[in-house]
Amino acid sequence: MDHGPAVELGQDNASDIKARIGLVLFVIYGLVYAGFVVINTVSPKTMSETIIFDLNLAVVYGFGLIMLAIVMGLIYNAICTRYEKRLNTEESEPS
Amino acid sequence: MIYDASPIAVGLFVAFVLFVLGLSFYFARRTKDSKGYFAAGGQIHWSVNGIAFAGDYLSAASFLGIAGMIATVGYDGFLYSIGYLAGWIVALFVVAEPLKRLGKYTFSDALDAKFNSKGIQLTAGISTLVVSLCYLIPQMVGAGALVTPLLGLPHFVGVIMVGAIVIFIVATAGMASTTYVQFLKGGLLIVFSTVMVILVLRSGFTLEPDDYHDFETIPVTVDDTGTVVLATQNPHVYVGQEEVDDHTFVRLAEVGAEGDADEGIETWWSLDEGGGDYFLRETLSIVETGDGDTLYNGAPKEDEEFFQVGHFNRIIVDGEEVESVEGLNPAEFLAIIEDSEIVRFSKETFSSGDDDVTLWYQNITSGEKIMRPGLKFKVDEGSTTSSKLNFVSLMLALFFGTSALPHILIRYYTVPSQTAARKSTIVAIAAIGFFYILTLFMGLGAMINGVLDVESSNMSAPLLAQYFGTALFAIVSAIAFATVLGTVSGLIVASSGAVVHDLMNSFGGFNLSDSAQVAAGKIAAVVVGGIAILLGIYFKGANVSFLVGLAFAVAASANLPAILMLLFWKKTTARGIAASVLVGMVSALVLILLSPSMYERYGVDATAPFPLDNPGIISIPLSFVTLIVVSLLTQKPDSEPVEETSAG
Repeated sequence: MDHGPAVELGQDNASDIKARIGLVLFVIYGLVYAGFVVINTVSPKTMSETIIFDLNLAVVYGFGLIMLAIVMGLIYNAICTRYEKRLNTEESEPS
Repeated sequence: MIYDASPIAVGLFVAFVLFVLGLSFYFARRTKDSKGYFAAGGQIHWSVNGIAFAGDYLSAASFLGIAGMIATVGYDGFLYSIGYLAGWIVALFVVAEPLKRLGKYTFSDALDAKFNSKGIQLTAGISTLVVSLCYLIPQMVGAGALVTPLLGLPHFVGVIMVGAIVIFIVATAGMASTTYVQFLKGGLLIVFSTVMVILVLRSGFTLEPDDYHDFETIPVTVDDTGTVVLATQNPHVYVGQEEVDDHTFVRLAEVGAEGDADEGIETWWSLDEGGGDYFLRETLSIVETGDGDTLYNGAPKEDEEFFQVGHFNRIIVDGEEVESVEGLNPAEFLAIIEDSEIVRFSKETFSSGDDDVTLWYQNITSGEKIMRPGLKFKVDEGSTTSSKLNFVSLMLALFFGTSALPHILIRYYTVPSQTAARKSTIVAIAAIGFFYILTLFMGLGAMINGVLDVESSNMSAPLLAQYFGTALFAIVSAIAFATVLGTVSGLIVASSGAVVHDLMNSFGGFNLSDSAQVAAGKIAAVVVGGIAILLGIYFKGANVSFLVGLAFAVAASANLPAILMLLFWKKTTARGIAASVLVGMVSALVLILLSPSMYERYGVDATAPFPLDNPGIISIPLSFVTLIVVSLLTQKPDSEPVEETSAG
């Protein structure tokens, strides 16, 4: 049975380095997320502390996690694009 | 609540459905082979796919469930938004590109790419079906909840209607029409949610929302036996009282002239104390009488005595108490709520004589409590180790569940390259993240503008739209309906792919021709759709976000350990993957079936054997451990180790 891609994909010489960068960024975000869960679980009242613009830690941390995901996604894409350009020759660039 | 069908809403709804059906006909003519049916030909542009991801993901759980949960329990509902969004990080950084590289139509393809194992084909196919069905239940429940106010039809009619339309969409054109329905719906949802939040911020806060019921408070005294005594000059007469969970609820009868419509109507009130004085506050009640009648606030439903609720008790702006404030920016909106007091309506059920009473009493809650965790998830007052573990378990499942949802994973096969897969995920994160920020404002807006239907928190967002006019309500309801259509379509495509591609062709060895695969996929879509309809009717009334949380737990337990270990652990074997998928899926399902929430649904008066509602904290590690142990036990010394599949 053929499990291969639905479209023909070219060779991607950058996939190793992209996977490693992805793993590092995943761990960083995972730690920030874990911090959020731990504070909520261990010291939920801390979440009431006012941080900025009269907003409490719960709101700032929550919005921060959402914004951080977007920012890290953009950074990851920029890094990946740079490696793809550098490592993939014109013939082997992923289609 | 009684809902009247709005002609504008009905018109828009019908127009939208006709458009979607037209789209399906159009794509049906172009969908000739299995690649077109299951993967839209693999040629969708990454930007379209990104918004379609959002359309796929922002399901009834997000729009109806989260907004509804925030409207009733505040910040705890927003935790779902945070968890759902965080899960996309796993998808982007770990899963997107390898999955695109390894698979063809289904997530099982990727798992099986290195092995060609019957065990993986069978377990991964079944897991896709099970997760999709778990996820379908809340979508169908949401559909039923929507159709009631939109078209004035019963819940089950809504469920059947959505099922029938989606089966048609999927059975005609598969992934192509599904993609464009999701793109359209995702875009519209974000645009009109933004409009609604702007209206919420502009209108600000008031102690008296428009057309709001004037809740009465009656001063009383309490005698030495604890019995409530009314003043002599009073339009009510004392009938009785019940003590329930530290609350006293008092039954009063209206005193009117003979023949007066209100004469003799019985209502329930909650006894409160403040500054040494006692008073009764009006509640909302549904009473099933011994005669078999159902009374809403003492009257038949059609008398429309049952109100929409949710209001401020006190509005505090810069330390001053005010009656209203308009034109707020987002930070002011949240900060004022935190400083103020809001009247929530908390539910109690009890028996009184021959009557079964369900009532919602006024629960004055400080904004400080509303804007931090604790009202739903017991992590603070009244918390136990179990309740804290339950919370951690949910957050774990949300984080790891997204990148294990079959209907999300198959969308990676609709784009032409790994780069496109990555870029479409980033578009999805931006769109979904923005929407989730909006949910906090929509939910809180519903909480304080007197729009809540205590019987169904799922209706909060559409009813908030109704507060700003029938036209917006019609548009938002049609979009919400589209939300359900889009997600259900994706789930049914995923299920149909699992049946035909994984179970019949790969595992069963049917070797169907291309056209036979498409035909079988369409038949599978009809069958899965039928099952979803039945489940949607059975689970009426459950919060859709809660149900989706359970689907995430099953997905995270069954699928994610296999994906991650395949990508990052060289000793992973086919048997390890198959065992991990099976153990993760079965353990998550069994723990859910033994959980307190399910015992409540069974109507069993016994303590649930498993104390947590969310199984992830047990079932996800169990699945990982299973994979590691079985893989180590099934190593073949003479065979080559699994290549690290992240390599290109």
